[in-house]
Amino acid sequence: MAIAFSRGWARDRFRPRLRAHLTPWTLVTFAIVALVLLPLASVLLGIFGESSDTWRHLASTVLADYLGNSAILALGVGVLTLVIGVGTAWLVATCEFPGRRFLETGLILPLAMPTYIMAYTYAEVLSHSGPVQGVLQIFLDPVTTASIRTGLMSLPGAVFILSLVLYPYVYLITRASFLKQSGGILETSRILGKSGWASFRQVALPMARPAVVAGVTLVLMEVLNEYGAVKYFGVSTFTTGIFRAWFSLGDTPSAIRLSACLLAFVFLLILAERAQRGRARFDHGSSRFRPVAPFRLRGARAWLATGACTVPVVLGFVVPVGQLLVWTAEVVPEALDRRFLWLALNSFGLALVSALIAVAAALIIVYSVRLSPTPLLRLASRASSLGYSIPGAVIAVGVLVPFIWVDRRLLELLAPITGSGVGLLLTGTVAALVFAYVVRFLAVALNPVDSGFERICGNLDETSRSLGSPPLRTLRRVNVPLLKGTLLSAGLLVFVDVLKELPLTLILRPFDFDTLATRAFQLAMDEQVAESALPALLIVMVGLLPVVLINRLIGRERGETGGPDGEEPKPKATGGVPAGAGDLVGAAREGAGGAQAT
Amino acid sequence: MIHSPSNRPTARRVLGSLLLVPTLVLAFSLQGCQDESEPVVNVYSHRHYDTDEALFQRFTELSGIRVRVVSASADELIARLEREGQASPADVLITVDAGRLHRARERGLLQPVSSDLLDEAVPMDYRDPEGFWYGLTRRVRIVAYARDRVDPELLERYEDLADEEWTGRVVARSSENIYNISHMASLVAAVGVEEAEAWAEGVVANFARAPQGNDTDQIRDVAAGIGDVALVNSYYVGRLLNSEDAESRQLAQRVGILFPNQDDRGAHVNVSGIGVTAHAPNRAHALQLIEFLVSEEAQRAFAEANFEYPVRPGVAWAPTLQAWGEFRSDPLPLAQLGELNNEAVRIFDRAGWR
Repeated sequence: MAIAFSRGWARDRFRPRLRAHLTPWTLVTFAIVALVLLPLASVLLGIFGESSDTWRHLASTVLADYLGNSAILALGVGVLTLVIGVGTAWLVATCEFPGRRFLETGLILPLAMPTYIMAYTYAEVLSHSGPVQGVLQIFLDPVTTASIRTGLMSLPGAVFILSLVLYPYVYLITRASFLKQSGGILETSRILGKSGWASFRQVALPMARPAVVAGVTLVLMEVLNEYGAVKYFGVSTFTTGIFRAWFSLGDTPSAIRLSACLLAFVFLLILAERAQRGRARFDHGSSRFRPVAPFRLRGARAWLATGACTVPVVLGFVVPVGQLLVWTAEVVPEALDRRFLWLALNSFGLALVSALIAVAAALIIVYSVRLSPTPLLRLASRASSLGYSIPGAVIAVGVLVPFIWVDRRLLELLAPITGSGVGLLLTGTVAALVFAYVVRFLAVALNPVDSGFERICGNLDETSRSLGSPPLRTLRRVNVPLLKGTLLSAGLLVFVDVLKELPLTLILRPFDFDTLATRAFQLAMDEQVAESALPALLIVMVGLLPVVLINRLIGRERGETGGPDGEEPKPKATGGVPAGAGDLVGAAREGAGGAQAT
Repeated sequence: MIHSPSNRPTARRVLGSLLLVPTLVLAFSLQGCQDESEPVVNVYSHRHYDTDEALFQRFTELSGIRVRVVSASADELIARLEREGQASPADVLITVDAGRLHRARERGLLQPVSSDLLDEAVPMDYRDPEGFWYGLTRRVRIVAYARDRVDPELLERYEDLADEEWTGRVVARSSENIYNISHMASLVAAVGVEEAEAWAEGVVANFARAPQGNDTDQIRDVAAGIGDVALVNSYYVGRLLNSEDAESRQLAQRVGILFPNQDDRGAHVNVSGIGVTAHAPNRAHALQLIEFLVSEEAQRAFAEANFEYPVRPGVAWAPTLQAWGEFRSDPLPLAQLGELNNEAVRIFDRAGWR
């Protein structure tokens, strides 16, 4: 009796939910999420293995070092990007000074530089035969000038390099937040007698806090993920430790444990970011929104502002790209051959395919959550963006394990039909590579698509559905046309990230298959830095596309804000990032992915 | 490119472009597939030098067998071989270190091969006793020193680098590097764990700066005066000396090299080598490739273009190597480098050589 009762209760309670989960949309979504989580699961399962002798050795000798270095690196880069990012964002968003319009865009440019290319280029710029030492040797003795390069290739040097590449995340998100603050509030503050500095500190900055924190969180994730630059500089961090345990010591379980530690860090970051956001609301509350009227700086202060905003652009973009251009000019006649065209084709093809799949998957996931927003489905969609926070090499291992298993089964299955010699269908071709890219970069597509959908009024869907259009047609006829720009930009972001990706590509690519990134990296490793410049330059140039796009969208956003009050979509209280530009800005470093902006 | 002004329904275009996906995946996959009719040999290689590429091309000319290469670090390639198991398409594994070949053998990833040609070309010291792998080139870990500041007479053994007199004068690269690990393994074999660890601690205390960069960086830093002595593989000095770049040549002129431990066990020698994988689908082709790579022609190319020492006796050395002269090398069986690998890494970790 009691049992029958409780069963009936359970049925009543869960049946509607169950039904909600049995639509084709939901099932496809669960399938996608399961596929994406598969490599993570295959890595994480390794934690439950026995603690090996190697692990105890690592724990007693170098683990503290990894922790310390990773922490210093994260702290240093965090603080430096905070200062550069918020400072320049404030100047550009609220002040007027010579060159502001130009710098507004220029400050985003370093985003296009992959860290490993940046590290190599700077090491060469500061090398014995580089331009800097050439000049300094006139004034200083050779040992002092030589130590400049030695100084760069160190923990502080890594902080410097990473900060130069990563500060635009903070800059972008914070600037968008400043632009969204009502001019009225700042003017009130100034009328009440606060100085510009006090207004910044006591009014604007607290209001932009969620945006700043979101930006810094993204930066920290990138830092924890970093491999190429720190390896070249000889700084041991968690990521290089994973490679050491896995490769130098040949102990996969220890590598997996280290990955799990790293993962724990990342989860802590995500939690901390969500916690600080809390329940506070950060919108301006007033329906009368006016953009901030730029405060005109004069004289020395104006030029100081120009200088402050120019330095990051010069160091983070002009110098390295200039050096790449010089090298490219040296080698272009020989380097620009058929092989290079193949490299470019490989890279672009891979990036295009991965971007299309990632955007399609993101569209399906977000739309099915929209159709039936159950907690389970929300959780699933959030989990699907975890891949972004995991080092590429770890994902590569995670992908190899299940894929090789499938490959072997396929081989057994197909052997009687086709004879031998089918080869590995998944891991022997780019299929595994594309899959791994999608796992890693799904968050990049998910974030903008998600916030894009949030801006489409749900009534539109309901109207379409009640007029008899099934979900798929509604998606096709109503949502996709409205999301056109968002989908394109999401795809572009994935495209560029795939183009830059290195460790995962190195491990998973098939025979005779090089991309721009692997070729550039290998040439640089083999000390043919000049030859590596051409592929590197192409990656940077293509990487500029989304930068330009992001900027245009933010510009448009600002243009719109001048329009009638009613049309202005209210900024969400989500990370202070406004909707609209927010989807791209958030996506500019997606990072914690869905967890970040939802 | 991003926004087309066309008025056709966007949905159809988006869906149309989604159809592109399978097409493109297919097109790409075909690139990875092999053409059954064409004879191939599939190479997993840690050596990515232009010399090797030229040699592979030459092999194709001579034999009609196409060489397809995946280049990555030996560790990644071994991990990949392990996971691919029987289904692996690889025929040979090429590494830059005997320790890694030994590891591959230990894990059952290689199979023994032998032939009269190989027996003749590769001396016993530079191959696996049972034929699981063969050395292709020899590499010597030498001390590079600043000519103007170091009297080479005062530095005879690797062990000397731990002496107080070198405080603040030694530069080295990270212990993650396989050349350092194998060198440490040879030291463990020679003097035992405790003494090797004491040596590592001594060298760490003598560092002019924290370990960083690659072998060439060490040589440059000695030339520039950051440190006075460095542990490097000899061919890096050879490459700098013969560089197209005048400044690099000038830099290398300031650096002398010395072969350590000439009065006792000899200088540490390692090989870059090759082995046939356990499940090689093209075993015969693999053997042919190895035989070609130890032939006179190929051995000369290795020595001339990359300043490595040929394994094959009687092959002329590059002029730079001839100028450096003969030297005594540590007779330690190379498989030991692999066996002591983990011990070596742990010693580095304990000594704080990052």
